Amino acid sequence: MNGIHDLGGMHGLGPIAVDEEPVPFHHDWERRVFGMFLPLFALGIYNLDELRHAIERMGAPAYLNTSYYEHWLHAFETMLIEKGTLTRAELDARCAQIATENR
Amino acid sequence: MSNNHNRPLSDVEIRVKALESLLVEKGLLDTAAVDALIDTYEHKVGPRNGARVVARAWLDADYKQRLLSDGTKAIAELGYSGLQGEDMVVIENTPDTHNVIVCTLCSCYPWPTLGLPPTWFKSAPYRSRVVSEPRAVLQEFGVNLPETVTVQVWDSTAELRYMVLPQRPAHTEGLNEEQLAALVTRDAMIGVAMVQAPAR
Repeated sequence: MNGIHDLGGMHGLGPIAVDEEPVPFHHDWERRVFGMFLPLFALGIYNLDELRHAIERMGAPAYLNTSYYEHWLHAFETMLIEKGTLTRAELDARCAQIATENR
Repeated sequence: MSNNHNRPLSDVEIRVKALESLLVEKGLLDTAAVDALIDTYEHKVGPRNGARVVARAWLDADYKQRLLSDGTKAIAELGYSGLQGEDMVVIENTPDTHNVIVCTLCSCYPWPTLGLPPTWFKSAPYRSRVVSEPRAVLQEFGVNLPETVTVQVWDSTAELRYMVLPQRPAHTEGLNEEQLAALVTRDAMIGVAMVQAPAR
């Protein structure tokens, strides 16, 4: 299916920013997102095609304006909600609680 | 995930914390298992594995032939296999042909041999441009190829992952496998760098 993820040959996306440090993660939250990928896969929350499809449904502005591991995070949330493991309300409530505690 | 920098958490940090804490409370996620996976892919699996495959191929013509005809099997001979490396194709750089790999749709990459991909490999600029103007992209990485060299770009898929077998540099005749592997960089196995001869 065509979508914003199909980037081959697209123009105007800017220069390639080569990493100064050859490390896989640049923030601790990226580590946590990566580390959740396999356990959630093993639980049967998604298969790889479903996970990628959740990313491909993001919509162009969100897709292009968020980083790689944010795509994964978005896909985890989407899959967990769609499969009925979590609700949007539960996630929103927990986010609000954490935000309050960290002010 | 501790907030020990004395600053408010960002929105994305909050979302990650919320997700992980809810899953742990529901008994669906074990924090120690997450920690172990991070440690494995951050510290244990990486491009040194691929470098050893390359060095072996440079030294052993029979191994090289097996590597080019059935990459998955030949790589497994050295003990590297598993997730995101189930179907490997190794493509050889020659004086006439230079190969470079990409995943235009996402970030497919051979984890067992190269580890996790660098950020630029997953970025929109690399994915969009390397298929339409590979020579310009290679130049930005410092690889200047004469017009007579053919450039081939290989677009990975979720099932099939490519790795480049770089050209062995000159003046490396006396080196052993370990010494050769030390010369091989991650970028050379993606195809955006050449392997440099050792300083003499």
